[in-house]
Amino acid sequence: MVEKIKQLEMSGITKRFPGVLSNNRVNIQLEAGEVLAILGENGAGKTTLMNILYGLYQPDAGEILLNGKQVRINSPSEAIELGIGMVHQHFMLVPTLTVCENVILGLSKKFFVDLKTAAKRIKEITDTYGLAINPEAYVWQLSVGEQQRVEIIKALYRGANLLILDEPTAVLTPQESNELILLLKNMAQQGNSIILISHKLNEVMAISDRVTVLRDGVVCANVKTQETTQEELAKLMVGREMAPCRREGNYSPGKIVLELQQVHAKGDKGSEALAGVSLQIRENEILGIAGVSGNGQKELAEVIAGLRKLSSGNISLNGKDSTNMSPAEIIEQGLGYIPEDRIHVGTIPSFSIWENLILKDHHRLPFAKYSLLQNRKIMSHSSSQVEKYGIKTPDLETPTARLSGGNIQRVVLAREITRNPVALVAAYPTRGLDIGATEYLHSKLLEARSNGVGILLISEDLEELTSICDNIAVLYEGKIMKVMPVEEADERTMGLLMAGIA
Amino acid sequence: MEGFMSIDIFIIILATGVRLATPFLLAALGEMFVQRSGVYNLGVEGIMMMGAFAGFFATLQQGSPLLGIIVSLAIGALMGLIMAFVSVTFKAEQGISGIGLYMFGWGLSGLLFRLYVGGVTSIDGLKPIAIPMLSDIPLIGQVLFNHNVLVYTAFLLVPLSGIVLYKTSWGLNIRAVGNKPEAADTLGVSVVKIRYQCLIVGGMLAALAGAFLTIGQANMYADNITAGRGFIAIALVYFGRWSPWGILLGSLLFSMADSFQSMVQVLGINFPYELAVILPYMVTIIALAISYGRVWAPAALGKPFERGTRG
Repeated sequence: MVEKIKQLEMSGITKRFPGVLSNNRVNIQLEAGEVLAILGENGAGKTTLMNILYGLYQPDAGEILLNGKQVRINSPSEAIELGIGMVHQHFMLVPTLTVCENVILGLSKKFFVDLKTAAKRIKEITDTYGLAINPEAYVWQLSVGEQQRVEIIKALYRGANLLILDEPTAVLTPQESNELILLLKNMAQQGNSIILISHKLNEVMAISDRVTVLRDGVVCANVKTQETTQEELAKLMVGREMAPCRREGNYSPGKIVLELQQVHAKGDKGSEALAGVSLQIRENEILGIAGVSGNGQKELAEVIAGLRKLSSGNISLNGKDSTNMSPAEIIEQGLGYIPEDRIHVGTIPSFSIWENLILKDHHRLPFAKYSLLQNRKIMSHSSSQVEKYGIKTPDLETPTARLSGGNIQRVVLAREITRNPVALVAAYPTRGLDIGATEYLHSKLLEARSNGVGILLISEDLEELTSICDNIAVLYEGKIMKVMPVEEADERTMGLLMAGIA
Repeated sequence: MEGFMSIDIFIIILATGVRLATPFLLAALGEMFVQRSGVYNLGVEGIMMMGAFAGFFATLQQGSPLLGIIVSLAIGALMGLIMAFVSVTFKAEQGISGIGLYMFGWGLSGLLFRLYVGGVTSIDGLKPIAIPMLSDIPLIGQVLFNHNVLVYTAFLLVPLSGIVLYKTSWGLNIRAVGNKPEAADTLGVSVVKIRYQCLIVGGMLAALAGAFLTIGQANMYADNITAGRGFIAIALVYFGRWSPWGILLGSLLFSMADSFQSMVQVLGINFPYELAVILPYMVTIIALAISYGRVWAPAALGKPFERGTRG
């Protein structure tokens, strides 16, 4: 067992990627038993900094001190040997292996794997911290919250006493998040150190002892959590005052633009993913779909967009039946779609911005005449879109693959909203976006709403749902648990519904 | 001969089927390890050709089939290493580099044969070893326990591969690397190393499959002696859903059909031979069509591994 980490210091860390200075002379400090939050927007350099600490990247300059001694960390296995563990945002688990196999992966040096001894040690760890998990279960069978626990166990099993967590609550239900917060506090009390990477202010406020704020690769503040407020942190992180988007004006819905009746559909694995979903979306309305992802959200968006067949039920769009029609026909009837995978489904990554902007209308006037693309029309349309939607790009020919997530979403948004849809399905439109981009997207959705569009907003972010939706439906295991006006949707009620407790 | 088939012919067909399954088993089990680690090697056929020639040539020169086996294993390891170098280190498109390896093996083995041997030359190959006691069991003894050492090896490799894959640390690493290399990487399992090892093992088994054809079956070498068996072996990996027992089933299904069709021709059994000849391939295609599912495939199959460049 290695020496316990009592103190960590990273000083003067600089890391340059082609075209970007990701970390610029960053200093952080951490004592045992402390929870340090590293707060910053996407691209601020948080993950880069932690990947350096975990040995995935080498810094161009700067040093890392553990207990006052300088160390070089060349690889994750060296980091692990020093007692540093990391829980990645995208879990680093092999779905086809069991919990136990995942935990001992890379550790077993003997010829045969000894799963029994490993299971026993896993039990010791889970008992110490109160983490319930079945070591024999396959990872693909576990919920996201359980998978995260496996990640934590994996780190602890390797003797980690400094734990790095990258956006840990991004994928959890409110209840799971609360459990995680308690767990992390408990771990800190037992003398472990924790670094939490986040752009979520409320969780930073709830867990951390101290906050280091990164902006554009530079540390712009280092404060005690108790001595700051959420507003102040937001300002530090974004670099300007924030005015969160709110739904304004009365809820005055018009006629039904999108209606689902008893929709059943199968998921990719062949099991029933939608089990009788009925919903109505009206003009001037945003209906939120809350729920832990994987409860049928993806399938719901896809059946409406025509990308997945219904096994039974009906969908009507703008008063006309659209059940099992082709995506082209549904687009024609006036559906806008912001898909969950904005990069690969929302755009064709290798296509230029102008090509992506006209994807749904390239075959007709004014963009095509006698099947020939009208370059001048397209370019003037595209450059006005780029300007209107504030898409940051060197030129119109840039492939969307090279844009940031927020800018790709602006391209998708520009295309979908400009087509004047009657209804718009937006699946996790702000997932992974930073505060600035999120704010922009919300304002655009609200603008579309006031222009009469009926919007179905699928999200796992309750704050987002409650701030811009008129009504919220909770989806659980392919069923709508309840549809309620936003005023009735408090965190506790929704959390319970999301866990399937009516 | 009364009826369709006598019992003797039936036994011969079964015994031949068992023997014919050998090259498929060896090559497919090797390819299974390769694919389980996340690489597909379409060059199996080329490696088999090289193995077939190397085994034949060493036996011809030294009169020792054992030496033939050793030489072909070494050549197979080398061919696997080349594939690893191109597709793992240089991250070349695996389909293309595999086809390249196939053509390389084909060309080189043919060239070497013409340069150093020239015409039809027969060798003293491996002799069947009847297993005492077991080979005396009626029917089963003839079918299963009177073969040469490579046949036994191939069949023993089935459970052995299962144990390696599911019970050993190496097997755990292979399964992890083939399904989620990022995860393995963060835990200090070297993705590159595991893929190299699997490609080398796969190459050795493919070469052994080739050597079986020359020193365990035909006792001679001819151009294109492998006759597409390497490609069939790749199909059998898919058919067998990347499991040793599935591969065993597929290999036997195919080789029994093959054995049956050759007997039809040789013995003039009353069965349209045009149909018989296509039978093995029909069986494979039908079996693949009804059994194929992406669900069982290693998730990282065919994807070169790269550490993320920006977090």
